[in-house]
Amino acid sequence: MTLGTIWFILWGVLWAVYFLLDGFDLGIGTIMPFFAKDETEKRIMYNAMGPFWDGNEVWLLTAGGVTFAAFPKTYAVMFSGLYTPLMLILFALIIRGVTFEFRSKVDCPRWRALWDTCNFLGSFLPALLFGVAFANIFEGLPLDQDGIFQGNLLTLLNPYGLAGGVLFVLLFIHHGALWLAFKSEDALRARAVGLAAKTWPVMALVIVLFLIFSFTSTQLFANYLIHPVLFVLLLVPVAGLLLTGHYRARGRLIAAWVASAVLIGGTTLFGVVGIFPALLPSRLNPAWSLTIANSSSSPLTLAIMLGVAIVFVPLVIAYQAWTMHLFRHPVTQKDLDYEEAY
Amino acid sequence: MDTVVLLSRLQFAFATFIHFIFVPLTLGLSIIVAVMETKYVRTKDETYKRMAKFWGRLFLINFALGVVTGITLEFQFGTNWSRYSAYVGDIFGSLLAIEATAAFFLESTFIAVWVFGWEKLSPKLHLTSIWLVAFASNLSAIWIILANGFMQHPVGYVIRNGRAELSSFIDVITNGYAWNQFLHVVTGALALAGFFVAGIAAWHLLRRQNVDFFSKSFRIGAAFALVFSVVVALVGHRQGNFVAELQPAKLAAMESHWTTEKSAPMYLLAIPDAANEGNSLAIGRIPAVLSLMAFNDPSATVKGLKDFPKEDRPPVGLTFVSFRLMIILGTLMILAGIMAYAVRKQPENAPGWLLRLLIWAIPLPYLGLQAGWAVAEVGRQPWIVYGLMRTKDAVSPLATSQVAISLAAFFIVYILLAVLDIFLLARYARKDPA
Repeated sequence: MTLGTIWFILWGVLWAVYFLLDGFDLGIGTIMPFFAKDETEKRIMYNAMGPFWDGNEVWLLTAGGVTFAAFPKTYAVMFSGLYTPLMLILFALIIRGVTFEFRSKVDCPRWRALWDTCNFLGSFLPALLFGVAFANIFEGLPLDQDGIFQGNLLTLLNPYGLAGGVLFVLLFIHHGALWLAFKSEDALRARAVGLAAKTWPVMALVIVLFLIFSFTSTQLFANYLIHPVLFVLLLVPVAGLLLTGHYRARGRLIAAWVASAVLIGGTTLFGVVGIFPALLPSRLNPAWSLTIANSSSSPLTLAIMLGVAIVFVPLVIAYQAWTMHLFRHPVTQKDLDYEEAY
Repeated sequence: MDTVVLLSRLQFAFATFIHFIFVPLTLGLSIIVAVMETKYVRTKDETYKRMAKFWGRLFLINFALGVVTGITLEFQFGTNWSRYSAYVGDIFGSLLAIEATAAFFLESTFIAVWVFGWEKLSPKLHLTSIWLVAFASNLSAIWIILANGFMQHPVGYVIRNGRAELSSFIDVITNGYAWNQFLHVVTGALALAGFFVAGIAAWHLLRRQNVDFFSKSFRIGAAFALVFSVVVALVGHRQGNFVAELQPAKLAAMESHWTTEKSAPMYLLAIPDAANEGNSLAIGRIPAVLSLMAFNDPSATVKGLKDFPKEDRPPVGLTFVSFRLMIILGTLMILAGIMAYAVRKQPENAPGWLLRLLIWAIPLPYLGLQAGWAVAEVGRQPWIVYGLMRTKDAVSPLATSQVAISLAAFFIVYILLAVLDIFLLARYARKDPA
C-alpha cells in the first residue's frame, strides 16, 4: 500500500468524520425554525450544539487542509472549480458561526429572529450544497484536460447532484434529531425521537434510490464490481441505517446516534472508495481526472504529514470525546440560566 | 493588470485585513484572561474570577469573528489562487494542515470547555483550559506565519515536476525570517491586548466605577502595553535587518530609496515619485541612518530601486506610507505605554486627560499591525513567493463576474459583521462587571 493510497483513505476518512460530526449541528440548525415551539426550546437546541459546533467545524478545515497538503492539485481544482457553491457554503458558515455568539447579546425579539434566520440558512445551505458537491464529485465533474471546470453552479444542480443534496439534508436532519433527543428531556426529547422516527423511512428510501441512481448514472460501482469483496463496505452504512432505527425504537439514544454516525461516515466512504484512485473524476474524459498519481504531494511531504496525522488525529479524537463526555447531560433550565449560556 | 488578478488580490487583501482586526486581540487577550484566572486560582480573590469572566466575554465576542473570517482564508488559497496552490502546495499546504490539526482543534475544543465548564471542572482544570486556548491560538500563529515566511523567503524546497517540492522540512520550520516575523506579530498582538484592557479600564475609572476591579485590570493591561510596545519595536528592528538582507527590493520600497549607495541616508519626510524613479520631496536628511538601521552598519551599501528591473519593484507609494505609519504608531504606542505604566499603582487617581488619552490609544495598535502587514504583503509584490512565482501567474482560471460578485459579498457581509462586533464589544465593555 503506497503513501498515496494511505493518504487517499485518510482523505476520505477526514471528510467522513467532518460530515458525521458537523452533520448533527447542521441538522439541528435546519430543523429549528419548524421544530422549536418557543424561545426556551430554541435555546435548548442552541445549547445542545453550544460546546461542540466549533470543534466539529474544524474537521472541515482539516479535511480542506489535508486536501491541500496531500493532494494540492486536487485542492486547487476542487476549490476553484466549485467556486460558487464553496463561496455560498462559506458565507453560510460565517453567518451561522456568528449567530451562536451574537444571538443572546441583545435582548430584542427581532435581533434574535434575525440570527435564527442566519442560523437556519447557515445550516441548511451547507448541508444541501455539500451533498450536491460530493454527488457531483462521485458522478464526475466536467473537468477539461487542464483541470478547468467547464460549467457553473447550474451544472452542479443536475438531478444526481440534487439527489445528493436531498440525501445529505435528510441524513443530517435525522442525525441532529437524535443528538437533540439525548441532549433534551421530557416533551422535547419525545418529539425529537419522533422526528428521527418519521425521518428514518424517508431517509432509507432516498438512500436506496440514491444507490440505484448511482448505479445507473455513475461509475461509482465499477471498483466494487471488479473487486466484489469491497461490497463489505456497503454493509457498513446499511448496518448503521438498520441499527439506528433499532436502537432508537428501544430508547437507546446514544447508541442510535452512533449508528447514525456510522451511516453517514459509511456513506461518504462508500462513495470515496467508488471513485478510487481518482479524487476528482472527470466526466468529460477519464484521462483528465485528478488522481492520486497526478495530484499528490511529494513522498517526503506525504511521509511527514502521515507522521503528523498519526500523532495528532488520535489526540484530537481523544480530547473531543472527553468533551462530549463532559457535556453529556441534557440541557436543563439550570443550564439556560447559566450566564454564559447561548 | 488582468481584472481577475486585481479583484482576487483585493478580495484576499480585504478578507485578511478584516480577519486581522480580530486575531491580535485573540492572541493577546487569551493570555491576559489566563493570567487573570491564574491570579484567581492562586489568591482565591473573587475579583480576579469576575475579571476573567468580564474580559473573557469580550474575548468571546471577538473570537467568533476571528474564527469565521479565518475559515475564508483557508478556502481562498484554493478558490482564487489555484495556480499558486498547485505550485507550492507541497510545502505550503502541509503548514496549513498542521495549523488545523495541532492548533485549531485545541483552540476550538477548549474554548468551549472554558465557556461551559465553570461549574463542571475543578478550578485548576478550568484554568488549564484557558491556557490551552492561549497556547493553541499562538501556536496557530506560528504555523501560519511559517507559511507566510515561506512566501517571503522560500527555503527547504527544490523545483521538480513543474512545481516547488519539499526538500527539507527542518529548513522550512526553522526559517529565521518567519520566526522573527512571528515574534514581531505576537508581541504586537500582546501590546494591542494590553491597550485594549487598559483603555476600557480607563473608561470605567474615569467614571469611578468598580475601582478595585478596573484598577487591577488596568495594571495588567498597562504592563502588557508598555513591555510589548518596546519589545515589538526591538523585534521590528531585527525584522528590518532580515528584510534588508533577504528582500532588498522591499526595503528599498519601504524607504523609497532609489539610488544604490554606501552609507545611505534616511529622510524624515519624503514623497515617492515612482514614475520619475525618485522622490518629489525629500527633506530632513540624516546621514548613514538607513544603512545603520538596515544592516547595523553605517557604511553598508543599500541597494536602490533603480537597480531592480521595473517589473520586480513593489508599489512604492503604498509600501512607503504603510511603513512610516507603522513606525509613527509604534512610537505613539511606546509613549502611551509609558504613561499608562507610570500611573499603574493608582490609575483611578490619574489625571482625566491621561485616562481619556488611553481610551483613544486603543485603535493605535490595530492600525499599526495592519500597516505592518501592508508593508509585508504589498512590499513583497510583484512576487507571491519572493523570487519564485509572480502574483499575476498565481490566480485561478475564473470568470471576472464570479470574483466581482464574491468580492462584493465579502465587502457587504464583512463590514456588517465587523460593525456589529464592534458595537457589541463597546456595549459589553461598558457594562458593570458585578
